[in-house]
Amino acid sequence: MAKHNVESEVTGNVWKVLLEAGATVEAGDVIIILESMKMEIPVEATVAGTLVEVLVAPEEQVEEDQVLAVIEN
Amino acid sequence: MLKKILIANRGAIARRIVRACSELKIQSVVVYSPADIQAPYIAEATEAYPLTGNASKDSYLDQDQIMAIAHKCGADGIHPGYGFMSENADFAQRVIDEGLIFIGPSPKWLKQMGDKVSARAMMSKLGMPVFPGSELITHIAEAEAFAQREGFPLVVKPAGGGGGMGMQVVHEKAQLAPALSQAKAIASKAFAASGVYLERWIEAPRHIEFQIMADQQGNAIHLFERECSVQRRHQKLIEESPAPGIDSQAILQQAQASAEICAKLGYDNLGTVETLFTPMGEVGFLEMNTRIQVEHGVTEEVTGLDLVQLQITLAAGGSLPAQVKCEGFAIEARLYAEDPETQFPSTGTLTVFRPPKLFAVRVETGYQEGQAVSQYYDPMLAKIIAKGTTRAQAIGRLLIALKAFEVQGVRTNASLLIQVLQDPAFLRGEVDTHIIQRIQNAKNAGNS
Repeated sequence: MAKHNVESEVTGNVWKVLLEAGATVEAGDVIIILESMKMEIPVEATVAGTLVEVLVAPEEQVEEDQVLAVIEN
Repeated sequence: MLKKILIANRGAIARRIVRACSELKIQSVVVYSPADIQAPYIAEATEAYPLTGNASKDSYLDQDQIMAIAHKCGADGIHPGYGFMSENADFAQRVIDEGLIFIGPSPKWLKQMGDKVSARAMMSKLGMPVFPGSELITHIAEAEAFAQREGFPLVVKPAGGGGGMGMQVVHEKAQLAPALSQAKAIASKAFAASGVYLERWIEAPRHIEFQIMADQQGNAIHLFERECSVQRRHQKLIEESPAPGIDSQAILQQAQASAEICAKLGYDNLGTVETLFTPMGEVGFLEMNTRIQVEHGVTEEVTGLDLVQLQITLAAGGSLPAQVKCEGFAIEARLYAEDPETQFPSTGTLTVFRPPKLFAVRVETGYQEGQAVSQYYDPMLAKIIAKGTTRAQAIGRLLIALKAFEVQGVRTNASLLIQVLQDPAFLRGEVDTHIIQRIQNAKNAGNS
């Protein structure tokens, strides 16, 4: 079993968390939507597997490269 | 005449309005959020007052804070700029009710043009060409009936929207219901109204808009067109005037028709009639923007008129300029703080920020070296506008200016803008709203 971190590409706010821990994901599935500079930025699963952790909640502030979620496969 | 204007905005437009006020010998008052505390216009304005929060709702959208400052400093007018509260009819009415002049059209126009469905109907009745569109959709059956009649592709649009937010293209019946509910969700979050409607989707159109200027006595004129097809995600990147590679007679006719319709309406102050042109040359009204546009500088360069000053004098009951001529060619590029590949926004501190100082090149920016680019507001760093006696000369000057503009500390879209300005189709004047996608696809194909 390998763990893969899903990181933020931007500094911004969490707008929506679409998937919860335990969900099965395919690469490209949108887990979280961030908001930065008036843009909505989808955060996608980097690999297929099980979403084991979602580390942020709506309204939370995130930084570039911050780990937002963890996928295990 | 107005004596003191409060500017309810930030960035390049706040600074632009400060300059217009100073030339008109009017005092200017700026407001700023904590994130904008290093902005250059704070020192350039006559007075500056801090706002409490960074989020738009706690700063540039906070009517109570802004009105309290306006009263405290004794302003007699409020300029809303673009974005934020510029098209908010309730705010405009409140400004008037509290005894100040709102520098923009009467609140009724903000309201009527703000509702895209009623605007379409109103304009169409007066002879404005429109593409087929539905009424507000209250039930999926209405959407399906419209799709049955018009066929696909269609576009789902929020009635209260602007700037392409919440728009979704639908290619088949199965996509219709999810697209409608998603558009409704976005509309209710971002706009005052949650209504959505459908329109025929034009594949690869040109986006051409007409600058209108009207006084309070029912006179309206046009200041020609701006070609704004170079867009990504429905956001404009490059704008120019005159529009290249299109029947200029047809464009002029549409400009005149737009001004005549605005005169019939009794519209006042500045406005922009946005239209789409199909590859076959059919034209359809998109929406009317009831404010100064980001790209107003393009029109200023070809007409020699100061649109912001005219907005102010017209709001105070002034008259229209007598003769308006379009001379030469002007083109503008928007420099955004974003990754040119992913197009994701890029925040940081501008460790280097040196706008070029070149002949026939104008830079509008609300930033200076050392300033932070925050996540709270839109990513536009600067507008660079070049003028020439030919289109090629204007493009050449803009290209040199973009290459000379030194920015460090955030990523910018300069390389993408430079690619567009060197693209053979763009140089031939063959533009449509898909040009960025084509350029990027070609580049990716070349890399692999």
